Amino acid sequence: MSPTTQNPDSEKKTYRAQAERAKTGETSEKKTYAAQAAKAHDKDAPGTAPVAGPVDKGARMVPLPSDGIVPERDLYSTPVLECRHLGIDFGGLHAVEDFNLIVGKTEIAGLIGPNGAGKTTVFNLLTKVYQPTRGTILLDGKDTSGMNTARLSREGVARTFQNIRLFSSMTVEENVTIGLHNAVPYGMWSGILRLPKYWVSEHKLHERAMELLDVFDMTGVANVEAGNLPYGAQRRLEIVRALATGPKLLLLDEPAAGMNPSETAELMENIRKIRDDFQIAVLLIEHDMDLVMGICEGIAVLNYGKIIAKGTPAEIQGNPQVIEAYLGSDATKEA
Amino acid sequence: MDFLTNLINGISLGSIYAIIALGYTMVYGIAKMLNFAHGDVIMVGGYICFMTLNALGLNPLIGILAAVVGCTLLGICIERIAYKPLRQSPSLTVLITAIGVSYLLQNLALLIWGANPKVFPSVVGGSGPIMLFDGQLVISMETIVTIVVCAVIMVALVLFTSKTKMGKAMRACSEDPGAARLMGINVDTTISTTFAIGSGLAAIAGVLMMSAYPSLVPTTGSMPGIKAFTAAVFGGIGSIPGAVLGGVLLGIIEVFAKAYIGTQFADAIVFAVLIVVLLIKPSGLLGKYVPEKV
Amino acid sequence: MAKETTAAAVPTKDRLLKALTGNLGTYLIVVAFFVIIEAMIAGKSITSAFQGQLVPICVYVSAALSLNLVVGVSGELSLGHAGFMSVGAFSGAILSSVLMDAVPDPALRLLLCIITGGIFGAIFGAIVGVPVMRLSGDYLAIVTLAFGEIIKNLLNNLYVGHDAAGLHFSMTDTTSLGMTNGTVVVNGPQGAVGITKISTFVAGTLLVLFTLFVVLNLMKSRSGRAIMAVRDNKIAAEAVGINVTKYRLMAFVVAAALAGMAGALYAMNFSSVVPSRFDYNTSILILVYVVLGGIGSMRGSVIAAAILTVLPETLRFMADYRMLIYAVVLIAVMVLPNIPAVASLMEKVKEAMPWNKRTTAEEGGAQ
Repeated sequence: MSPTTQNPDSEKKTYRAQAERAKTGETSEKKTYAAQAAKAHDKDAPGTAPVAGPVDKGARMVPLPSDGIVPERDLYSTPVLECRHLGIDFGGLHAVEDFNLIVGKTEIAGLIGPNGAGKTTVFNLLTKVYQPTRGTILLDGKDTSGMNTARLSREGVARTFQNIRLFSSMTVEENVTIGLHNAVPYGMWSGILRLPKYWVSEHKLHERAMELLDVFDMTGVANVEAGNLPYGAQRRLEIVRALATGPKLLLLDEPAAGMNPSETAELMENIRKIRDDFQIAVLLIEHDMDLVMGICEGIAVLNYGKIIAKGTPAEIQGNPQVIEAYLGSDATKEA
Repeated sequence: MDFLTNLINGISLGSIYAIIALGYTMVYGIAKMLNFAHGDVIMVGGYICFMTLNALGLNPLIGILAAVVGCTLLGICIERIAYKPLRQSPSLTVLITAIGVSYLLQNLALLIWGANPKVFPSVVGGSGPIMLFDGQLVISMETIVTIVVCAVIMVALVLFTSKTKMGKAMRACSEDPGAARLMGINVDTTISTTFAIGSGLAAIAGVLMMSAYPSLVPTTGSMPGIKAFTAAVFGGIGSIPGAVLGGVLLGIIEVFAKAYIGTQFADAIVFAVLIVVLLIKPSGLLGKYVPEKV
Repeated sequence: MAKETTAAAVPTKDRLLKALTGNLGTYLIVVAFFVIIEAMIAGKSITSAFQGQLVPICVYVSAALSLNLVVGVSGELSLGHAGFMSVGAFSGAILSSVLMDAVPDPALRLLLCIITGGIFGAIFGAIVGVPVMRLSGDYLAIVTLAFGEIIKNLLNNLYVGHDAAGLHFSMTDTTSLGMTNGTVVVNGPQGAVGITKISTFVAGTLLVLFTLFVVLNLMKSRSGRAIMAVRDNKIAAEAVGINVTKYRLMAFVVAAALAGMAGALYAMNFSSVVPSRFDYNTSILILVYVVLGGIGSMRGSVIAAAILTVLPETLRFMADYRMLIYAVVLIAVMVLPNIPAVASLMEKVKEAMPWNKRTTAEEGGAQ
């Protein structure tokens, strides 16, 4: 498969060319995938999808007709996320512009780019912290326009934050319990009057919280105040809390920031494990290239609010435009 | 003609609110605190002026000067003793301390001057009221002086904050005290200066207010303080033109409400207007909305 | 990570200690206070002035607890809490007058009045809360203050009477009520008049316990955690699917209902109540109790409200100086711990105390 490079100046044209290429297909094999993908995309037929088993590492990435790549195994399902021409302006400045991205149902995708490229802004658009100025976001094929942040959480988008946002005066377990807010609901009166529903639900909440904490081996610190945890543990707790909401798509904003190499390696394992166990998609922003290249199947590179490259880790690593974006134009010339 | 009279009275009352609101807004802008004791500084200013005029029998100008100097010193003292140790404290702690200072000033005044109202002599001497349209429109000298003083103060403050070194330091401190300190600005001095200016303005407001509404008791400053605070929020707290606009509008609304709807509902209407404005424009008329960065 | 132990592994003695430092202890303090006072009344070792303070103490403790739900648990500064008390007080007083003949049993009538006060408090809480919840921080504070003043101003102009035909309302004067042979219940600035005193210390204590029960149980439930999550981090709370407005409003309305109940109890303790009794000074007074007791600490609110309601009375021998001393104490309590020299001294004293070598578990986990 050829590296999916684009010239930002003629981006739309290249997109079309790429889509065209995907449609006509360079090999017969690809043609079949594309046709299947288009079919699966048109009418989500869960019956035809293969039973999701343990995900194979280094799955083959295949292009979709609508400009994007997904792991081969996700071809039969509606992509969990599809952004079409997404854009937002901040007082005349196009902070994000013509952002197109498809994330497969069980894909681990990466969003990278230099500082200030607009990566976190994309997350804020995906979670509707900001309302997009243009474009659409489809979540599992469903248009999310008009939804707010809380609604999107209920629809299955969970996130962590670059600057950690825990409920710091509450315990680790309470943080996870709050993540389970919509998973185990009971009303205010049940709580105040301690009705049977309260006891049943609280018991369930405790069990579920402990199960989730166990994913990151954090049951031992369940009663510690979240603000008193070490930095790395706070980042892990944010992931657990996000998982508690029962997401289809987990957005991780620099999950490895401030972690040492061994913690990062452990985190990589855990992200994979989360994807395999929960069968969800992960989209992560990260500056640690070892992590990104190590676990991401598809990567999108953002610069000045625009996607300058999409592809597999190998393709991105060899892409001259990406190198230029990170290191400046001199570096490409020398290379 | 009634309309015009009410309008002028409203602007005059609003000018007093505006001068008090300026003190509120400057202190809030720089120290991010609601200085609930500000209204009581007005009352102290009133009593100082009253003492110099009545007990010492001095010239009104000296009375005003004494009030301004006294309140400025009082403002600096309050800031140094009560607020400075609380720079890093939660805003509620500072708020309660300000309430404590307010109680303290009121009760000190009660001990010194007693609960009986003092009849304040007007500091605006000389000519009588101006008559226009065959005496149908009567404008008192107090009204004119109040409006002029307010306008002068606003222009001076805008120039001060935009042109002078100290004014720029104030703006820097209100934006980001940490960065201002790194730039070599003495944040403590700057905050003290802001309190000094705010308290000096409160003294002027006190003297003007007492000249127009001459009944002086220890709780005199309380309600105008609340109204001026409302005015500052109304105009967009932290903004100098906003405080003046908010103050004048509040004064006009109050006078008109009294004249056309009924005295007893005036306060309710003033506060209702504030609520409506804040619901439509949550940062006040001229305030800036700063969203939280995610 | 010192507290890694699970509940089962904690020794019984520590668990008992934790229970006493936690919610159970707070209930016990109230009950103990009640028993001691009752014993003192039985032994006639209590002044009549202090006895007159008993119901107000309960009222202010309940009011402080409910305000702490807004300020401490929900993290919103409300300066109009007394407004909801006045709504409760006036609706309770009106009902009491209407039910005078229908419900002869004073205890039952008081209960009905308190419930009505709570309902009206909740209604006004919702009326005020819906617009107010669009704001936050100091803007929310000023708008709650404004609403409190509006409520006071409207009550100052409210005239209510009842006769055989039912209730009559007017906003101008008593004559416009159009009654021939009725009773005036609310008479403008003179407030609610002709109230039969039916509030008792027992009822007050029960109200405090009820308020504690509601607030503490709410805090330790799904809704309470959602409220605290919004307080700690609004954006993160939204991101985990919490309806921020709903839970901020919930805290506000529950607090308003509880304040309304306290207000009704207050009104039933006097023969008349004026609207200006519940102005912003009262709101601030309750806020002072909350802050001095410790924001988010319900036990602190109980103790601070009780002591500070009694304090001005106990200082009465100092006559004119008592409010001055009150002010100085207030400033000192706020400022002194923030002066480094004093703070380090306090830390040393604290460390020397034997009980601090154990646990510092705070109730509800609030700040």
